[in-house]
Amino acid sequence: MKETTHAIITENLTKKFGDFTAVDNISFDVKRGEIFGFLGANGAGKTTAMKMLCGLLKPTSGMGMVAGYDISKNSEKVKKSIGYMSQRFSLYQDLKVWENFRLFGGIYGLKDNEIASRTDEMLKNLGFYDERETLVQSLPAGWKQKLAFSVAILHKPSIVFLDEPTGGVDPAARRQFWELIYAAAESGITVFVTTHYMDEAEYCDRVSIMSEGKIAALDSPENLKQKFGCTTVEEVFHKLAGGVL
Amino acid sequence: MFKYLVEKEFKQIIRNKFLPKLIIVYPIIMMILMPHAANLDIKNIRVSVVDGANSSLSRELYRKVEASDYFSSVEVVQSYEEALQSVEKSKSDIILDIPASFEKDIVKTGKTAVYIASNSVDGMRGSVAASYLATVVHDYSRQVAQTPRAMPVVEIISRSRFNPSMDYKVFMVPALIVMLITIIGGFLPALNIVAEKEAGTIEQMNVTPVGKFLFIAAKLIPYWIIGFIILTITLVLSKLLYGIVPVGSLAMFYLLSSLFLIVVSGFGLLISNYSSTMQQAMFVMFFFLLIMILMSGLFTPIDSMPLWAKAITAINPMRYFIEIMRMVFLKGGNLYYLARPVIILCGFAVLFNTWAVVSYRKTT
Repeated sequence: MKETTHAIITENLTKKFGDFTAVDNISFDVKRGEIFGFLGANGAGKTTAMKMLCGLLKPTSGMGMVAGYDISKNSEKVKKSIGYMSQRFSLYQDLKVWENFRLFGGIYGLKDNEIASRTDEMLKNLGFYDERETLVQSLPAGWKQKLAFSVAILHKPSIVFLDEPTGGVDPAARRQFWELIYAAAESGITVFVTTHYMDEAEYCDRVSIMSEGKIAALDSPENLKQKFGCTTVEEVFHKLAGGVL
Repeated sequence: MFKYLVEKEFKQIIRNKFLPKLIIVYPIIMMILMPHAANLDIKNIRVSVVDGANSSLSRELYRKVEASDYFSSVEVVQSYEEALQSVEKSKSDIILDIPASFEKDIVKTGKTAVYIASNSVDGMRGSVAASYLATVVHDYSRQVAQTPRAMPVVEIISRSRFNPSMDYKVFMVPALIVMLITIIGGFLPALNIVAEKEAGTIEQMNVTPVGKFLFIAAKLIPYWIIGFIILTITLVLSKLLYGIVPVGSLAMFYLLSSLFLIVVSGFGLLISNYSSTMQQAMFVMFFFLLIMILMSGLFTPIDSMPLWAKAITAINPMRYFIEIMRMVFLKGGNLYYLARPVIILCGFAVLFNTWAVVSYRKTT
């Protein structure tokens, strides 16, 4: 069964807003445990596609399966099995670090002692244990993003969706962030990440490049470079999307 | 799951720099200031007397006016023109013109006339002042009447039931409670939800398995508890400051107030579902708050509104709750008499809350 080997399956997934087709008949699969990069210029339909997969938007037509559940019919079950980190930072600024962990852990049905032990473990791994009593609003942006990611995988989802997780932080912080993504992938979590930093695309197992609502190419970074005769994913992207980032 | 959501709301409310202060200070200020400021009793009327007679009987008349509680100052002027000037300069509210032949007429025929002119820029104040003054003159004329034939045949004795001292505060306190519940119980949780929309945190909530019913209930419960704290503060203040306590039972008071809390919070949620920014939500709320207050009988009696306005008050939930509160405070009201407004409020509660839950979308 494809459903057991694949975390995400879509067939002809389409989303229209009035006359405008934001996502146009896309079909792709993401294997379990894969780091899947979702590239595209602004307005190419990345966020719309991702929101459909997370159950935030209803597809106009087509089929999507996430973690074995149909996104149109079973969106609440999909939500139980995924983690999500939005483009806009959305932890609660007026809650302390541990309180954000506790809130989201509790929402996903973890028990008090589970939440406490996982929080401590994660914060220690991040080297952030001493800041657990700090209000989130007083932390630097790079740290907020690492925390948001940790909160998104606290309940050990089978898939985590990251919408431009490294927007607006410096290169050093971005590298650290990708170390977290690798660690999560090693623990068996499928990572679906959108980005417009092309160097980050090189870190993915496979990437898809979206242009005007359609998937223009989908393969591993190596194969893409070979196929299009380029040295970097960035060049491939310019050939396909033709546009500016 | 629910426990964690409620916990979060309480932490956020307590950590807010402004809200906890507002919750305590707002009802106190309202209770101290409003019953005095929104006082519709007409007092402190200033009289200009043109004493053309300058006799002992005419002096006796205006001293009687002076002695009344309603009149704050009595100024004696030389001519009607001078009195009129005084009214024009807003130094005086009403003119009592006593003719030169006043004492002579009384002694000779037992009949005389005085002239009363009142400033009716504020129509209500003008006519009430004139009728107070006429009452004093009438009392006086009975006192000096020489012949029994001047005695009125029918004497009217009026008694104000339920608010025997005709104290306006007794009327205002229940109305204030209604306003406080509407603002704290209805508008604050709605603004809270719109704030989460603006911050983007609601999106994070929407990708979690939290049901919309749980999410909304977790938002409301803290504000309902706050509503009860405020009710208790106002009740204690109304006893301490004005000696006003509900004639009806306290259980009834809290029970019916919680019904209204449910109505207004449902209404607030509805507004929050249809607003995407705080600014928009605030504006819509003030629009409805103003109309609801003006059309509720809080400041002006519904019975004297034109028919079309009365029809509008029929769909104003605040109107029914003010009716209920005044009954509970002043008459004691058992449930039998309150049945109609209570049933209507239950209807509003079901309507607003169902609509709010249905229109709240986890998908955008």
